Amino acid sequence: MGLKLKSKPISELEYIKWDPEKVVYAFSQGNETCAESAVLAGCDFFGGYPITPSSEIAEVLSRRMPQEGRVFVQMEDEIASMASIIGASLGGARTMTATSGPGFSLMQENLGYAITTEIPCVIVNVQRLGPSTGGPTSPSQSDYMQVKWGTHGDHPIIALSPSTIQEVMELTIVSFDFAERYRTPVILLMDEVTGHMREKVGYPRQEDISIFTRSNELPESGDYKPYDLSVKSGVPPLISFGEGVRYHVTGLIHDEYGFPTRNRKEIRDWYDRIYRKIDNGLDRILRYDLYNLEDADTVIISFGISARTGLEAMIQARKKGRKVGMVKLLTLVPLPEEMLKEVIANVDRVIIPEMNRGQLILDIERLNKKGIDIIPVNRYDGEIISPGDVLDAIGGC
Amino acid sequence: MKRTAPMFQDYLRPDKRFPSVWCPGCGNGVVLGCILRAIHALDIPRDKVALISGIGCSGRMPVYADFNTLHTTHGRALAFATGLKLARPDLYVIVVMGDGDAMAIGGNHFIHTCRRNVNLTAIVVNNRIYGMTGGQCSPTTPSDLIASTATYGNIDQPIDICHLAALAGAAFVGRSTVYHVRELEKIITKGLDKKGLAVIEAVSNCHTYYGRLNKIGRATDMFKWMKEETAPITVVPEKRKGKITRGIFMDKDTVGFIQHYEQLVEKAIKNMEMLRQWKKKRLGPDINAKKAQVANNT
Repeated sequence: MGLKLKSKPISELEYIKWDPEKVVYAFSQGNETCAESAVLAGCDFFGGYPITPSSEIAEVLSRRMPQEGRVFVQMEDEIASMASIIGASLGGARTMTATSGPGFSLMQENLGYAITTEIPCVIVNVQRLGPSTGGPTSPSQSDYMQVKWGTHGDHPIIALSPSTIQEVMELTIVSFDFAERYRTPVILLMDEVTGHMREKVGYPRQEDISIFTRSNELPESGDYKPYDLSVKSGVPPLISFGEGVRYHVTGLIHDEYGFPTRNRKEIRDWYDRIYRKIDNGLDRILRYDLYNLEDADTVIISFGISARTGLEAMIQARKKGRKVGMVKLLTLVPLPEEMLKEVIANVDRVIIPEMNRGQLILDIERLNKKGIDIIPVNRYDGEIISPGDVLDAIGGC
Repeated sequence: MKRTAPMFQDYLRPDKRFPSVWCPGCGNGVVLGCILRAIHALDIPRDKVALISGIGCSGRMPVYADFNTLHTTHGRALAFATGLKLARPDLYVIVVMGDGDAMAIGGNHFIHTCRRNVNLTAIVVNNRIYGMTGGQCSPTTPSDLIASTATYGNIDQPIDICHLAALAGAAFVGRSTVYHVRELEKIITKGLDKKGLAVIEAVSNCHTYYGRLNKIGRATDMFKWMKEETAPITVVPEKRKGKITRGIFMDKDTVGFIQHYEQLVEKAIKNMEMLRQWKKKRLGPDINAKKAQVANNT
């Protein structure tokens, strides 16, 4: 017993220099906050298609982007939205789209394209009940597995999940950084509640935000390899189209220059590199908040709005003298496996509240080498989990 | 306009990707040649050209050309191109698609790109069949003709690419064939120089599947077919009856999506200024101080 693990909060990344004098507070909705934060993060291009419960993001940006001289375009569907942000990103823009389940399903094709071609972009998925049309205004967290494995083929991806509106603001900015830094699509996985809920948010000024920016510098040798295998970090720098280097981009498996290849070694090396680039960045990518783990025998692990429920349950259980701790996952994919393994090794049981029939739990169970109790708390009727549901699972409260 | 023949090796990637994947006699090479000559004639620097394609035989075209080249997903090339063009309006964005690519899986993107009138050059290589996957029926396969997925004859009606483009709002629409090389080149050159969307249909040959399955013959027979079964728009309609019309069907003066968007930006900034002044009048000169005060109180 006695976990000495430390949180890895978003603030540690220092992308935002908070100046208490200059913070502007607002009482803001999650979707609106996401849109405003995208503007702050320097998003140059938004291509989207209306869908509940994410439409406010497009609405706000249709007003804000032209004011900043940036591009907002409403595309004909989500397939085109995804294609347009990839095209714009290749042209040097920081790009984003926003959608919900049905639209996210349509995006899977070109999401795979962005992964294969390693073109940065941010996709906001405000989850609702699914599958199919499902429940447009009902909250859900049932896209967890789709985020990981929605598009076909082996691939890594990054997904971040906010549980408060302040986190929506900060993780939106982090998403743009991760996308550019690791040349990958990043998914901001919200849910209907974090999308529509209103809370107090502190906004930094645009000049107080510093995130990764493409340098577009040509290599000294003059030999630009957009998919260079020898780069140690696994992330070859991306040079935008029109910057004086003419190269090829294709969704086919390609060699270091971007041309299609069927060379087995090149194919294998490419897969290994796109996984390596994420693995190398884990220290930065993995973000989570830990609460009361020092003496905990029971730990709640959750994300998104269910993490709020979990926290409240933890507080109430503590009042009753129960030794309950909490892991709030901010980075969902990749999962912070080392941390979770250590937590599991040091507690008696784990409780996993999630608004689906059990998705995150599958990944946690995989880490449960000790065979402790892993208790699911699921709700999939379009309502959020109440602290009482979690307290029932804790028992004796 | 420069009329000198370009040095093709200046525009190609000869050391890397040849020979091409195309069958001997394929029209795709002719279309690529026309594009290169058009770019040369207009003196567009290679760095300023983005050649984008979808999936299919025509989709492999960008590999051979020394531009900023993007080989996208099936049917989606126009949506990628829209994004790129809006992010980089200074680039000449040329999109090459096949008939299945542009009309079937990409039909919706095609209509809406025409509707937006995005400043792109869209070239549809129409060989009336899916060549790369083995001769399946496409939206432009004529009724009753044979394809590998229409073994008893095609029961669908073919779609008229140029007609659709003009109706949907493209600024420039033209058609020629890979037999009429000079004409095709001229139309592409005009299209490249156009503000708004230019759609150019290049009627092409797939003797390997279309020609063989429908007993038209080899590449040369198909070129002969293109010569005999098409007529320029300049001749009287009686002489064009039952034939494919070549020429320019639409050439209207528009500003195109990019300029429309620029106007919208000006409007938005002006509105923002007006709002700012209105707030200043209502809330007094220092809004930020007032805001901070409100924030402190909360």
